[in-house]
Amino acid sequence: MQSEEWKFTAKDIAEKPDLFMSGHRACAGCAPAAVMRLILKATRGPTIVTMATGCMEVVSTIYPYTSWAVPWLHTAFENAAANASGIEAAIKVLRKKGRIKDEHVDVIAIAGDGGTYDIGIQALSGAVERGHDFLFVLYDNEAYMNTGIQRSGGTPLGASTTTSPAGEVIPGKLEPKKPIADIMVAHEIPYVATASPYYWRDLIIKVRKGLEVEGPAFLHVFAPCPRGWRSDPSKSIELSRLAVETCVFPLWECINGEYQLSAPSKVIAMAPQKKKPVKEYLAVQGRFRHLFTPKYEKLIDEIQRITDMRWQKLLKKCGIA
Amino acid sequence: MAEKKAVLTGVHFMSGDIACAEGAIAAGCRFFAGYPITPATEIAEHIAARMPKVGGIYIQMEDEIASIAAVIGASYAGLKAMTATSGPGFSLMQENIGLAVMTEAPCVIVDVMRGGPSTGQPTLPGQQDVMQAKWGSHGDYEIIALSPSSVQEMFDLTVEAFNLAEMYRVPTLLMADEVVAHMWEKVVIPPAEEIKIVNRKKPNAPPGNYAPFMPDDDLVPPMACFGEGYRFHATGLTHDEHGYPRTQDSDVQMRLVKRLCDKIRKNADKIVRVEEVMIDDAEVVVVAYGIVARAALSAVKKAREQGIKAGLVRLITLWPFPEKHVARAAEKTKAIIVPEMNCGQMVREVERAAKTTPAYHLPKLGEEPHTPLEILEAIRRHS
Repeated sequence: MQSEEWKFTAKDIAEKPDLFMSGHRACAGCAPAAVMRLILKATRGPTIVTMATGCMEVVSTIYPYTSWAVPWLHTAFENAAANASGIEAAIKVLRKKGRIKDEHVDVIAIAGDGGTYDIGIQALSGAVERGHDFLFVLYDNEAYMNTGIQRSGGTPLGASTTTSPAGEVIPGKLEPKKPIADIMVAHEIPYVATASPYYWRDLIIKVRKGLEVEGPAFLHVFAPCPRGWRSDPSKSIELSRLAVETCVFPLWECINGEYQLSAPSKVIAMAPQKKKPVKEYLAVQGRFRHLFTPKYEKLIDEIQRITDMRWQKLLKKCGIA
Repeated sequence: MAEKKAVLTGVHFMSGDIACAEGAIAAGCRFFAGYPITPATEIAEHIAARMPKVGGIYIQMEDEIASIAAVIGASYAGLKAMTATSGPGFSLMQENIGLAVMTEAPCVIVDVMRGGPSTGQPTLPGQQDVMQAKWGSHGDYEIIALSPSSVQEMFDLTVEAFNLAEMYRVPTLLMADEVVAHMWEKVVIPPAEEIKIVNRKKPNAPPGNYAPFMPDDDLVPPMACFGEGYRFHATGLTHDEHGYPRTQDSDVQMRLVKRLCDKIRKNADKIVRVEEVMIDDAEVVVVAYGIVARAALSAVKKAREQGIKAGLVRLITLWPFPEKHVARAAEKTKAIIVPEMNCGQMVREVERAAKTTPAYHLPKLGEEPHTPLEILEAIRRHS
């Protein structure tokens, strides 16, 4: 399935002009901005991007500039996938009628966790059920960072946000993260995958696979946010590695319903002693600071338990456990 | 114990959004369902931190449609309930606002207006949703909408919005703007016993005889809530006094929709509030609301200093429109000026009420609200 034309070596990537350009106003250490750049390194020809309201929309389009060297449309918060449906269907018709050149046009819809897990899920579910040929990329920084760190369906258990504030009454968010990628697998679409920017080559290849597959594809990208996670801005990429090494965010693909672990997670599956405890991941983020106090420390065990349970389930799906 | 902390009696320095959140808690609101949106997010954030301490509930929903729907559910379950949003979210809420009107679910919806249409100007003030407040949901209805001009009023009018919602069983809107919401000012929160609180009327009839939509003389039906022993049927379909759908019956439709409108129209004199400043001898009257009214007041005072007989009618109630007050002011004056942060919305209502007195619109879009000088200039032009 991997493209013939591209092997995605560091040299290939360096030589390919950026389609997400510098000059945007993302915060220091913003992983989502790095993710945008990597996504557009994987394009293969004419590409249209449609994007829900969110951090990346705001920081990349500060008047009178834009970071996007592709046609780019900002939609309302709830409907990036519906918007992509319209673009994809219209292009199909225009090609058929000979109104535009008969060549393939890739359509990418991008949204954050709010625009995917919460307000955007209805449009996303509808678009993939109708089978539109497009790639939906979720950049998951695990809260509404653009409006100032409110919890979302993607916020993990125990994280303190401004609307799940850790305090006397609650230990941060009370609910675990919604398994969004599995929900997309349940839609029986041809391609679903998870990716993390530390594993940049894996991420780019997955974007390309998502574009090349016929029909809807969904890519869930882990994207640390130092402002919202209260983490060191220089550690964002390290965090995106640690999340994989602790199995908080395992990397996998599901191609036509067949789950398979991607290399970084497969290494851990083969050598379980390499699996790091979640404590290491939690300890370097201020949003989990309260978990290291006697009042709430038991929650760390609960987070470890849920992480292990989800990891075991994934191994089973991949035919490993 | 929990209730003791509910009313933060004292003098505070707070933002409009926080004052609104405190007003809701002081009014007895114990349920908030919301979704983050600039410039209303701080209301949700403050409520999220405060509700657990007063035994209330904050739920962050997956979008604004869910937020208002949860609020209607909570209202029928018996709590005073609220949500807060801005333009884009207000648009998403419209269908369910109609449901709240139709099922007569008391609730409060805060719209902190920013520049639109669409995503518009999230961090700048607007007054572009005031007609949407009246006409946003489909079908015919009347609604109550209030317009705060200060942080103190963000507190006071939130309390009042709950009282009106409970009294008339109607969704009540607090149409704030970004400046009033984000501005920090002094707020005086009175002792709990001095805050007037209205609760919805409960049925006197025994459960067997209860007709959930049979109005009293004030056209408002007493409200039983879920689990209070009354079995009833509430629906968004056209329904008779027993709550049962009567979708083919023109008499029932006429009776119901007319009552939903009349319970507000016929009580308008009791609902409507304006602030009138120096209008008795005014030759030019400014009609303004929200943050713009603050600049208008300053302009009117400056005009008086310069010998121009100017006055101000500040609309505290936007809907029902304070028709009589505007008509009375118009009778005695030569010109009316309506400064608004939109392309001309409430000015149409003012024109209608003012009859032959000309009303001049002073639009301002896309930046800060009108300055007193801009309004003073308009007063001079028309004096």
